[in-house]
Amino acid sequence: MTPGNPGHLPARRSYREATARRRLAGILDPGSFTELLGPSERVTSPHLAGLGLAVAFDDGVVVGRGLLGGRVVLAASQEGGFMGGAVGEVHGAKLVGLLRRAERERPAGVLLLLDSGGVRLQEANAGLVAVSEIMRALLGARAAGVPVVGLIGGGWGCFGGMGIVARCCDALAMSEEGRLGISGPDVIEATKGVEELDAADRALVWRTYGGKHRYLLGEADLLVEDDLAAFRDAAAALLASPRSLDEGALAREHERLARRLADFGGCTDAADVWRAAAVPDPDRLPLLDADAFRRAVAAARGEEP
Amino acid sequence: MTRVWDTARRSRLARLARASAAVGGGRWVDPGRVTPLLEALLEPGDRVCLEGDNQKQADFLARALARADPARVHDLHLVMSVLALPEHVELFERGLARRLDFSFSGPQGTRLAQLVAAGRIEIGAIHTYLELYARYFVDLTPRVALVSAIAADGEGNLYTGPNTEDTPAIVEATAFKDGIVVAQVDERVERLPRVDIPAGWVDFVTVAPAKSAIEPLFTRDPAQIGEVQVLMAMMVVKGIYAEYGVERLNHGIGFDSAAIELILPTYAERLGLRGKICRQWALNPHPTLIPAIEAGFVESIHAFGSELGMERYVAARPDVFFTGRDGSLRSNRAFSQTAGHYACDLFIGSTLQLDLAGNSSTATTSRITGFGGAPNMGADARGRRHASAAWLRAGREAQADPAAMPRGRKLVVQLLETFREHMEPAFVERLDAWRLAETMGMALPPVMIHGDDVTHVVTEEGIANLLLCRTPEERAEAIRGVAGYTPVGRARSRRAVEELRRRGVIRRAEDLGIDKREATRDLLAARSVKDLVRWSGGLYEPPARFRSW
Amino acid sequence: MERLAFELESAGPPAPRAPPVVVGVVASGNLEVLVEPGDLAGRCRVEVATSANGFAEIWDAVLRDFAARNAVAGLALSVNDAGATPAVVSLRLDQAVEEYLGQRP
Repeated sequence: MTPGNPGHLPARRSYREATARRRLAGILDPGSFTELLGPSERVTSPHLAGLGLAVAFDDGVVVGRGLLGGRVVLAASQEGGFMGGAVGEVHGAKLVGLLRRAERERPAGVLLLLDSGGVRLQEANAGLVAVSEIMRALLGARAAGVPVVGLIGGGWGCFGGMGIVARCCDALAMSEEGRLGISGPDVIEATKGVEELDAADRALVWRTYGGKHRYLLGEADLLVEDDLAAFRDAAAALLASPRSLDEGALAREHERLARRLADFGGCTDAADVWRAAAVPDPDRLPLLDADAFRRAVAAARGEEP
Repeated sequence: MTRVWDTARRSRLARLARASAAVGGGRWVDPGRVTPLLEALLEPGDRVCLEGDNQKQADFLARALARADPARVHDLHLVMSVLALPEHVELFERGLARRLDFSFSGPQGTRLAQLVAAGRIEIGAIHTYLELYARYFVDLTPRVALVSAIAADGEGNLYTGPNTEDTPAIVEATAFKDGIVVAQVDERVERLPRVDIPAGWVDFVTVAPAKSAIEPLFTRDPAQIGEVQVLMAMMVVKGIYAEYGVERLNHGIGFDSAAIELILPTYAERLGLRGKICRQWALNPHPTLIPAIEAGFVESIHAFGSELGMERYVAARPDVFFTGRDGSLRSNRAFSQTAGHYACDLFIGSTLQLDLAGNSSTATTSRITGFGGAPNMGADARGRRHASAAWLRAGREAQADPAAMPRGRKLVVQLLETFREHMEPAFVERLDAWRLAETMGMALPPVMIHGDDVTHVVTEEGIANLLLCRTPEERAEAIRGVAGYTPVGRARSRRAVEELRRRGVIRRAEDLGIDKREATRDLLAARSVKDLVRWSGGLYEPPARFRSW
Repeated sequence: MERLAFELESAGPPAPRAPPVVVGVVASGNLEVLVEPGDLAGRCRVEVATSANGFAEIWDAVLRDFAARNAVAGLALSVNDAGATPAVVSLRLDQAVEEYLGQRP
């Protein structure tokens, strides 16, 4: 008999598999979460009800206050299962309200557990307005000195307007299962054709949008296993190191992006980027666990291995 | 008058002479000359086995035969286990073949039904696998067999590799009754990894222009398993496997039974069942069994066929799998079916429909799909004489009279949700198989597993133990008692069902001490194909369609 | 979209008052169940909003069995359903009540 190597066993409590509520419960200190505008308040989408579509009591996002390592944080968690975590009027307003509250209350930080395809088609105008308000409120909170950390590891990834919101955060932690982008694979295939991007090619989709590539490019600050505890540790670590939001920081970011364009602008596939970045043994990258991956790409990210 | 005792042999020699004239002498046939070879070898009305296994297909030979001239080749009688390729159907459409004896048609089920309705095809019978192989040696012996192998060496020995499947049974029946064996191979090599079929049993070999394709039929992505399936799996493990001490078994290929495989390292481990259940299997190398193998539940597996991507993993676990000296899997459908029938204590599988007698069927009125491995596995082995604890207990439960002659029973479990997709009830008063038999003029409605072989029906509502039922009425009420909110289930007598529950004939999750809050995907030892790869230490290499990397 | 309301008899002691609990997600083939203290003595109130029309009878049967299985008198359940099968509905209802009753005081 060959007992399995525990190092290979899947996470005991998968972040990806958990519902929005269970993610919050698994990341915040046990029992510390207090929901704002909880399901009992029944603040549901008037637009969906008008269209005869099923509503959710929380409109697909759970917001509230809790403790992370004993420090007060505000947190929001999007439910990808409900309409792909898409942002409607109520959903968006709850996020805006939470971030404005953060600006007022100055908690130790805000956690955004993002799992969203973007704006909800059925209430697109309200959703689009909401997304811009979220960005405004997020930057307001940051300007007030409240760090905002995004976590991406749900089944719906983080796309559209919420992809932009994610990059407005101080920092992001992703699992390789998480995906981050503006236009998702289906949108690109529909508008540019299957030659541009075959949305059914799962390997290509994850290579392009997945956490590993985003981490290698420097868009995600931490790459973690698909495990609630790993996300919790990452959230705590990232809250402790906020990023400055001054002009100098913006200029440095622009410089970094210009360099990235120069280095990788000619690549047509993420795998080409990995090769161009001189990552050793690039074909093996997708199979490495988070720790091994971080070590493998440390040099390419300009870090000590 | 002296009787001639070797007509078949003379016929064989005449055919070989014709072949030699048509395509030149020798064992090796140019792939471009295979159609003329077959036209020379075959005679109208010949019984032909065109190897179509559950996985492996003699696809090139099927195409070559389909191109034959119907003026020369016609009215063939095909005997083959699986009619899977469009070319197989084409043989009937073009009049090359007329009669068919088979087991399973899967993807061609609809066209097959249309051909039967149009009178273009005569179906002898839809067999179980063992039944068809048995008839190869009695009254359906092939005159010509067209088989598939991975490689041949210079002498003509064949290597059939992990997907050996039906080949030995087909070649044995044909070669030793003066038939002719034609093999397609992917390549000719200097030295074979091992010899699966000796050259002396093979007459012609051709190197096919393209590799024979194999579909990954037994890979179930754990991501698609729902929590109702987890709940049912918990009931099976606790209410049947643990209860009877089921050590030797076979599983169907659905997501329901994949869920069972995936909770062995978690739920069954917690119940202290490692080493006590699920030790020896007749099973294809299911990727979802990897965690249970790695966790030390599974001690041995004999396989009907193979599964794409499992090659390196299987080769690295020779204590578990049957492998050749070369290290690769050797499957054998005939032996594994025999193993499943006689040496396993339990079969569990899903079905589309179940009636009140417990008869199950996957037939629908517009398709003739036939059977997979379930009927041989899911039938009590009346010829079995060796005892095991599980088998004896099942037998005891089935006997009303404790003083009667002791006799064991195989556990045959049907696992199904009460509603299929689109709220289609799985429990019915009358199987669609009846209507199919009427419209197709079949002597028997195609029943996958007969009610009198079924011992347990498991749904999300609970377990019905039919062994404990003493009358057909009681049996029907027990089935209604787990048929949920289907019309069949709602026609139950509440009082009768409560009485059956009191007697332990029906057991609900709560009767088994199962906490439904636990019935979540968290209980699955692997929740994705990638998790399976991790459990295998990177040895499992899933086909591209199952990868997100 | 169909809205259904039920008042179910349920044996056993009235359920204790506890903070509301929501279980499940309004995803295709799935549902969410919100459990709150109710206002009916000795009975359980259930309100269902479902995207699958025409299954009122099955809802009635599923909910009656649910109330017979669990001591839910005094509770109010609200359901948002996106076409779940009875199997999923029953499981979710049981999970929701177990979750509600299992909360630490």
